[in-house]
Formats: sequence, C-alpha cells, structure tokens
Amino acid sequence: MSRTGPRPTGAKAGPDGQAGPAPPGAAGAAGPGQPPAGPADPAADEAAQAAQAAIPRVRSGRALAVATAALVVAVAVGVSVGPADLPLPAVGEALLTRLPWHPDMSVSVVAVTIVWQVRLPRVVLGALVGAMLAGGGAAYQGVFRNPLADPYLLGVAAGGGLGATMIIISGGNQALLAPAAFIGASLAVAVTYVLGATGENRSTTGGATASIVLAGVAIAALFTAVQTYLQQEHTQVIQQIYAWILGSLTSASWSDVAMILPYATVAAALLLAHRRLLDVLRVGEVEASSLGVDIARLRVTVVIAATLGTAAAVAVSGLIGFVGIIIPHIVRLTAGASYRIVLPVSMIGGAAFLVLADVAARTVQAPSEVPIGVITALAGAPFFLFVLRSSRARRELA
Amino acid sequence: MITLDAVEVRYGTACALAGVSEQVPAGQWLGIIGPNGAGKTTLLRSIACLVPHAGMITIDGQPVSGLRRRRLARLVAYVPQLPALPPEMTVADYVLLGRTPHIGYLRMETDGDRQICSGLLGRLGLSPMAGRALATLSGGELQRVVLARALAQEAPVLLLDEPTSALDLGRRVDALELIDELRRERSLTVLSAVHDLTLAGQFADRLLLLDQGRVAATGPPASVLRDDVLTPRFGSGIHVIATGGTLVVMSRRPAARSQPY
Repeated sequence: MSRTGPRPTGAKAGPDGQAGPAPPGAAGAAGPGQPPAGPADPAADEAAQAAQAAIPRVRSGRALAVATAALVVAVAVGVSVGPADLPLPAVGEALLTRLPWHPDMSVSVVAVTIVWQVRLPRVVLGALVGAMLAGGGAAYQGVFRNPLADPYLLGVAAGGGLGATMIIISGGNQALLAPAAFIGASLAVAVTYVLGATGENRSTTGGATASIVLAGVAIAALFTAVQTYLQQEHTQVIQQIYAWILGSLTSASWSDVAMILPYATVAAALLLAHRRLLDVLRVGEVEASSLGVDIARLRVTVVIAATLGTAAAVAVSGLIGFVGIIIPHIVRLTAGASYRIVLPVSMIGGAAFLVLADVAARTVQAPSEVPIGVITALAGAPFFLFVLRSSRARRELA
Repeated sequence: MITLDAVEVRYGTACALAGVSEQVPAGQWLGIIGPNGAGKTTLLRSIACLVPHAGMITIDGQPVSGLRRRRLARLVAYVPQLPALPPEMTVADYVLLGRTPHIGYLRMETDGDRQICSGLLGRLGLSPMAGRALATLSGGELQRVVLARALAQEAPVLLLDEPTSALDLGRRVDALELIDELRRERSLTVLSAVHDLTLAGQFADRLLLLDQGRVAATGPPASVLRDDVLTPRFGSGIHVIATGGTLVVMSRRPAARSQPY
C-alpha cells in the first residue's frame, strides 16, 4: 500500500478544494435532485461538494475518433496503392460504380475489377484480421491479467498451423485450408481450456488462470511438435507450409471476407459487451468475485469470443504476429487503460495498422511480397518502444 | 445477524480454521484478533465465500455458500488487507466498481450509480480527488477510497482485513473512527481483523481471539484483553494495563533480558 509517500499538499484541506478534472456540465448531470440553496447552509455546502464530484463517464470519444480517422486513411491508401498504376480519380470512380445509384462515369472495366476484386477484398480482410488480432489480444490480456498475453496464448497458432499443415501435406483442396486451420485453432484452445480448468473449485476463484495459461503452453508445444514432424517428413511442400505460417493476405477474396465476417461480428460484439467486467477484473479475481462477478463465466465467455475471432483470422491469413501485443498496449499507453477504451480502440486501430502493414508488404519489394508478419514486427516494434519510453508509460509502469 | 456454526477451512491437508462458532448481531462490530497465521483472514474470506468452508455460515438465516455471487456481494462487502489498486484508474472509477453487484450482467453504470458514488466521495472527503489516479494518493487517502468502494456495494455486512495496517498511528484512530461513524449511520455489521489490540478493544463490541485456527476466547473486550488470556497465545511479552478506562495492550521485553548493560 505504501507505493506513494504522504503528500504534503494536504488534499483534504478545504471543502472548496479544486474539484480537479470534473468536466463542464457534470454538475448538471448530478441530476435535478439538488435544490439550489443558500451558500451559508452547511447541508447545501455538502450537497454542492457532492455535486462537484459528479462522476464522469470513461470517455473514449477522442481515442475512437483518432483510430477511426487512421482506419479511413488506411483504407483509402489500401485501395489506391498497387502494382497497377491507377490514378486516384479512377479509383474513386471505380469504387462508386458498384453503388446502386451513381453518376455516369467512363471508368474502365479493368479498373473496376482491380479495385473491387483485388484491392478492396484485401483491404477489408486485412481490417477484419487486424481488428480480431488486436481485440483478441486486448481481451486475453484483460482476462488473464497478463500484459504478455497475445491472441495465440492458448494454442490458436499451433492448432491452426497443424490444421493447415495437414491439408497441405495431404495435397488436399486449397479450399479446405481455412476450415482446417479454423478447426485446428479452436480445437487447441478447447483442449487447453478443458485440461487447464479442471480441478477448479466452482465455489471459489483463483489458481485456475495460471493453470489454463500453462496448459496452453503445453498444448501449443505438443501441436507444434506434431506439425514440425509432419513438415519435416514432407520437405517437398515445406515452402508452402512456411508461406502459410508466415501469414499473408495475398489470396484475399470476398469469399474469405464472407468466411471471417460472421465470426468477427460475433466476437467483436461479445468482447465489447464485456468491457465493464474486464475493468472490474483489473482489481484481481478474488476482489472481482467479492464484487459479485462470476469469474468462471466471464473467463470462458471471453475466451470463446476471442478464440472464434482469432481462429477465423488465422484461418484466412495465417499467423500474423505482434499485432495482438503491440496495438492494445499502444492504446493503453496513449489513451487509457480502461477496457471501455482499450477494446474498441484496439479493434479499430488494429484494423488500420494491418491494412497499412499490408500496403507496405506488397509495395516495398514489388512485384514480390514481403511476409506481412515481417512488416508488423519491423514497423510495430520501434513504434511500440517509442511509446513505451514516453512519459505516460513511465507513470503507468512505475 | 451473522451466525458461524462449526466453520472449518482446509488448505489441502493443513487445517486453517476448525470448529469456529460465533454469532454477530446486526449493527455490531466484531474484532477478530490473534497471532499471525491464526486464521483471521481465512475467517473473513470464508464469510465472503472466497475460500470454501465446511460447517455453516448464515447471514439472516441464509447460508452464504448457497448464494449466487451477485446476491452475496449485495450482502457482504469485503476489503482485503492489500487491495489491488490499478495505478492509472481514477478514484471515481475505482469507487464505481463497488456498484457491480447492482449492475446487470453486461450492463453499464447508470446515473443513479454515479450519484451514489459521488455522494460517498463527498461523505468520505474524497470529492476533491475524484478525478485523480490511484497512484497519486497517499496511504490514508487510499484507505478511504477502498472503504468507499466497499460502501458503494450498499451491503449490510462489512468485512475488513487489517483496515489500518498501512496507516500511521494517528491515521489508525481516524480510520477506525470513520468506520465506526459509518457503521452507526448505515447500521452496518462490521467484522474486522485487527492487529492493534488496544484499538481493537476500544472500537469492537466483542472480540474473537483465534489461535491456530481455533477460537481461544470470545467475549466483550474486557474479558479477552487479559494477561492470562493473551499470554498463552501471543507469548510472555504481552501485558495489559488499564489506564483511564482504556485497556492498553503493550509488548515489553522480558525483564531478564532487558537488564541495562
């Protein structure tokens, strides 16, 4: 408790002490129950003091606006940049031609096809994958109260990798790649959860979190071992397996978007719905349960939601690292640590980040592509370190 | 009314509490005392169902182990000895966490919840620091903030684990005085583990002396704060002196070893 020394300023000095950051209009929000009374009346003084302290909501507006602006810019850049040298007006016109009502325009069929069948699905898919990885990472960090948690913590990556490898080595239909990865990823998390959470006493709390995380480490090691063995036995497809594991959005199509969209929608809605409970969990599992939170239910729901979202992301894009760690922490360090801010802003910011990373991945070494995971780490790590060294970070981690 | 009947708690094979029976009438203050490891914290945690117990604990006749978490949190507010304090969280947001048992699953706080918390901040003299981050507060301020969060639960039973351990001597009296005022204002039943036996004797209606998980003595302070009751539990250095109607429990170095030079 003695993390701060006594403050010499005497914060309880005067009843009219500065109310600090009480927002304008907060007094009005305190409700109509406060009658305007004479300033000499001590009871009114007390009421005034209470009104002064009217509690503001957690405000995520500005951070959301910044993240949304970043996403708009990222999408604009994403549809405008590519090997086909389309001028900006042509891109704009091509976008508009698919709208139900649009002015007459003389845009080439090729431009429309490039924008609508190549660039746009790739941008939309990148945004969905980024949102799921960043949102999933934020949720895992919250529910496991561990800043190092990433969306792959419970075996999503290892399971997805094994599923994809099995399809590739069996020479199976490419269309089966995504479903197999999704099933492998979900299966790994399910096994982790069932094994890790057993023995947990239902009437109490605590202890289970660490054992779930450790079970995840074990399951990931097991799945990875099997995957590595299979891949070494089939060296002729090792290139293909590596390409999948490194992650990419190269073959993005609307059918990929259609595959991930339902999972992304459900996952995002579920995670956002738990934003207040994840804030309660910031005081720890024991205290949160003494405040009336059913920890087991909260944990299993958040893990299922995050797993659906990240497994779908892994299925369509392979293993893109680092997004789930850095984006939520950048949001925490710059906008605030409340999950009412961290969850939505991470999703939007993660979407923007991955779209931009993909633009870099397909342009820096065009016509060949750099694996997007290389870009996310190469661009993300320095920026993350910069934010980490900022003043706010020092305060937060002090 | 809180009733403990043959309460037993085991951690693995180790027995932390055994055969603890006690009744605490509504509105009373029970001070739980005893040497380190006696089971004070375990007793408080078992009432809040944070450790599983055998035997029976009831509040107004309802067994606590049969209640859902939310319902229990509306009956019992628990303040641990070392609460987790997210450094960036503001005082107001922290106190609002106490409204959780009154907020539906997946719902958000209402203006009513905010008003209750803002009233509590005013009552505890915390209004000026409502928007400050917890990391910027002193130990005494934090103690009141944590108390405000517990009161926000509006539970009739308050469990306090060593509420004064982080405070200096003067602040300890202030803190217990505040708890006593709030207890009278809101007719709260208070169970607190207290290290400082002198203060425990002045504030609690009854004392429960635990030793190695068992009840060693229980009753009004004057019947528990006695040399012959305390010495077998705390060792021979403990002495009780009555001055001006107050029982002062002091620790003194045994005479043989305190010979000067």
